[in-house]
Amino acid sequence: MRLYLLGITLLLGLSQTNARAEVFEHTLANGLKVIVKEDHRAPVVVQQIWYKVGSMDERTGKTGIAHALEHLMFKGTKTVPPGEFSNRIAAAGGRENAFTSYDYTAYFQQLHKSKLPLAMKLEADRMHNLQLSPVEFAKEMKVVMEERRWRTDDSAEGVLQEKMMAVVYQEHPYHNPVIGWMDDLELLTVNDAKDWYGHWYAPNNATLVIAGDVKADEVFALAQRYYGGIPMRGMSARRSFIEPPQGGIRRLVVKAPAELPQLAMGYHTPTLRDPGNEWKPYALEILAGILNGNDSARLNKHLVREQQIASDVSAGYDSTSRGPSLFSLEATPSTGKTVGDVETALRHEIEQLVQDGVSEEELQRVKAQVLAGEVYKRDSVFYQAMQIGQMESIGLSYKAIPVMLEKLQAVTAEQVQQVAKEFLQDDNLTVAVLDPQPLSGKPKHAGEGSFHVR
Amino acid sequence: MFVKKFEEPLHGFAPVVLFAARLKCFSQLLVVALCSSTAIAYATPSIQHWQSASGARVLFVEDHDIPMLDVAVNVPAGGSFDTADKAGVAALTQQLLDLGTEDLSEDGIATGMADIGAQLGGSFDQDRASVSLRTLSSATERDTALNIMAGVLQKPLFSETILQREKVRLIANLKEAETKPENIAEKAFEKAVYGVHPYAMPVSGTTESVAQITAQDLKDFYKSHYVASAAVVAIMGDVSRAEAEAIAQKLTEHLSAENAPGTLPEVAMQIPASEQRIVHPASQSHILIGVPGMARNDPDYFPLYVGNYILGGGGFVSRLMREVREKRGLAYSVYSYFMPLKQPGAFQIGLQTKKDQSDQALQLVRSTVAEFIAKGPTEKELVAAKQNIIGGFPLRIDSNRKILDYLSIIGAYDLPLTYLDDFTAKVQKVSVAQIRAAFAHHINPEAMATVIVGAPEGAAE
Repeated sequence: MRLYLLGITLLLGLSQTNARAEVFEHTLANGLKVIVKEDHRAPVVVQQIWYKVGSMDERTGKTGIAHALEHLMFKGTKTVPPGEFSNRIAAAGGRENAFTSYDYTAYFQQLHKSKLPLAMKLEADRMHNLQLSPVEFAKEMKVVMEERRWRTDDSAEGVLQEKMMAVVYQEHPYHNPVIGWMDDLELLTVNDAKDWYGHWYAPNNATLVIAGDVKADEVFALAQRYYGGIPMRGMSARRSFIEPPQGGIRRLVVKAPAELPQLAMGYHTPTLRDPGNEWKPYALEILAGILNGNDSARLNKHLVREQQIASDVSAGYDSTSRGPSLFSLEATPSTGKTVGDVETALRHEIEQLVQDGVSEEELQRVKAQVLAGEVYKRDSVFYQAMQIGQMESIGLSYKAIPVMLEKLQAVTAEQVQQVAKEFLQDDNLTVAVLDPQPLSGKPKHAGEGSFHVR
Repeated sequence: MFVKKFEEPLHGFAPVVLFAARLKCFSQLLVVALCSSTAIAYATPSIQHWQSASGARVLFVEDHDIPMLDVAVNVPAGGSFDTADKAGVAALTQQLLDLGTEDLSEDGIATGMADIGAQLGGSFDQDRASVSLRTLSSATERDTALNIMAGVLQKPLFSETILQREKVRLIANLKEAETKPENIAEKAFEKAVYGVHPYAMPVSGTTESVAQITAQDLKDFYKSHYVASAAVVAIMGDVSRAEAEAIAQKLTEHLSAENAPGTLPEVAMQIPASEQRIVHPASQSHILIGVPGMARNDPDYFPLYVGNYILGGGGFVSRLMREVREKRGLAYSVYSYFMPLKQPGAFQIGLQTKKDQSDQALQLVRSTVAEFIAKGPTEKELVAAKQNIIGGFPLRIDSNRKILDYLSIIGAYDLPLTYLDDFTAKVQKVSVAQIRAAFAHHINPEAMATVIVGAPEGAAE
């Protein structure tokens, strides 16, 4: 069985009044925006600090520095020695981690509500007191390179995705992988990390999201106490990049050790910029749900179950990002079928969409999933905080969340057909193929007979 | 859609999000209820328990905060109940449950659930198969979803046509897995640790065994293993006790009345030292080290759990993480865990590192483990571990989803209903001496299985 957790089902404020009543915001004098989501179901709290900087802000030759800095944020401040941040959070019963994307960098801790002041004190400290030593930098870069080997270099899917993005985006910095190119990682220096930290880590470039069993006014007072003294910093204007029109289909082949070939297709599509007035991004979200929202949605039903051309297939679209968006289709051919067969079948699905549109039944099914997902979302305080932080970090407001829900429910079948026609065109399309290679010098069943017992 | 997926991006366009650390989490490793250091008593869910007329055992937590309902039905029908020549029968049985019933086609099931926003899921491991449901609790949605789920559990068809299709897909995936260093390592590891015991069998079977499986195999397995008397129904959320009683009965009343399947053979706890070096073109070596570990009901459960937190379970602050990653930058991820099952599940240490430093990393891991087993943790480390495990207890039960999982585990492994209430006190009682004794008793560092996939060139035969 597969459990479908559509992005789409995890969204949005079901009841505007409910959603809004529980979210409070306050901006400190130094520019730090504090957003509190009260949820009193369990005596826990999550702190998330979101910096409006991601790998898309990197310059040529310095790729990977956003993510590397995220790792270095655990390496100590003037008063907290390396590793001590994690020790103190652990001793408070907390869980912590951090993450970096193209668009933003974020850090979080989950703890008992009584430990929020400790987490705030530590997080505020590393916002402006980070110590970056060449020794710690050198060690951590080795860790990051191991991460890259594990995540990308030794993963056929990872390599396929990295190379495809580099073809899809020729000017926009989504061209570069979040983790950075290996030769950049080898050449980065501690001064690059210092420059990055000094440039982007400031209260006026961050959003603090606190969610859980807390009172907003008390959180604002704590935020003032711990973060209020951090000076704001001048932020230079960001360079924005526009990916030029593609102007013709692009194809690439990636060879990597694997058994099965894979096909990935990506179409340039618009990103949501004006949540109250646009409709196309919503129609594309619904379209992705119609293609891929449940086990009997079009792609799985037609390609996997009926025609048995693909052994796996999926579709996806994400309307919310700082940069451009893609509508993606991916498939693994069935045994005996080729990537060409699968591409033909996917193109046929698109032709059908463009010619015949979608049924009211399919439309309502996706909308029902969105509405139910809005209720299920309330089971995770962490997730609700994520949503708020992400919206703020990409330049939309958390206040757009209920608006987006309404707009999704308003999408019509005609609009879905129209976006399929407008955007799922060859001139917008990149097709990537994974060409599987045998494990070097060995038959497919690697390892047999190639071991000894001590 | 609007919010990125935060799993590791495995495929295609999942928005790339990188984490500071890859932390292995095992939800089975439950813990704690009273914080002795600060004397805070954490509230635990009030678990109601009864036996349904069908014979199934039911665990229920009533909670009306969110208008939704979570249900899971667990049966002892995991991969260890397979026979070697038909390995994969148990997994395929579970997988085909929702691919057609006497009343609904596979499409009818999927669209029926989607139309009301309900989510049908399941899980599968060596011990258990389960089917789970999340639905809105309003009557129309709830009743529709439960009707479909009742059919999936009690009237599955196991169509030969659909089985053939799923076998082709499964065999393709198994072949793909045979090229992945992590899967090659895991398979060799299970074999080295469990030998001929059923826990050595890959839970999805092998390309050869899956090819042999027929629909009749699934029907037979279903009849003998999906039995009411062995089923555990977990219910969490917005229904009354009376409604929960009716739900549990409805989901199990037509399950087979046969006796529960027999118990597994004993695991041979002592294994010979072994080291396998398997050639692979990847740039990293994937290293696994381990032995048969502990059963869920092991009297040493708490000393081993707390001790392992210190050794390799405690994320950023474990000894292995400090020695391998923080001090030397040798790996992104390094961990150890006990997998507590009916019979002793594996104790496993894992890491990945650049090939030319894999021997260095291996020696470091071995010496770290040997020292831990010889000397045990320090008092200071034990205090820190208890602070985290006890202080973090509320995070373990802060959502309906997490509580549902606890209900399933408590039921399936016959843990006391006071399991959550007692846990902190049991953690608090663990001593350095107990940890040292428990590790010495369970793990002989001189007799562990080691698998290195992607061994340094020239080192492999």
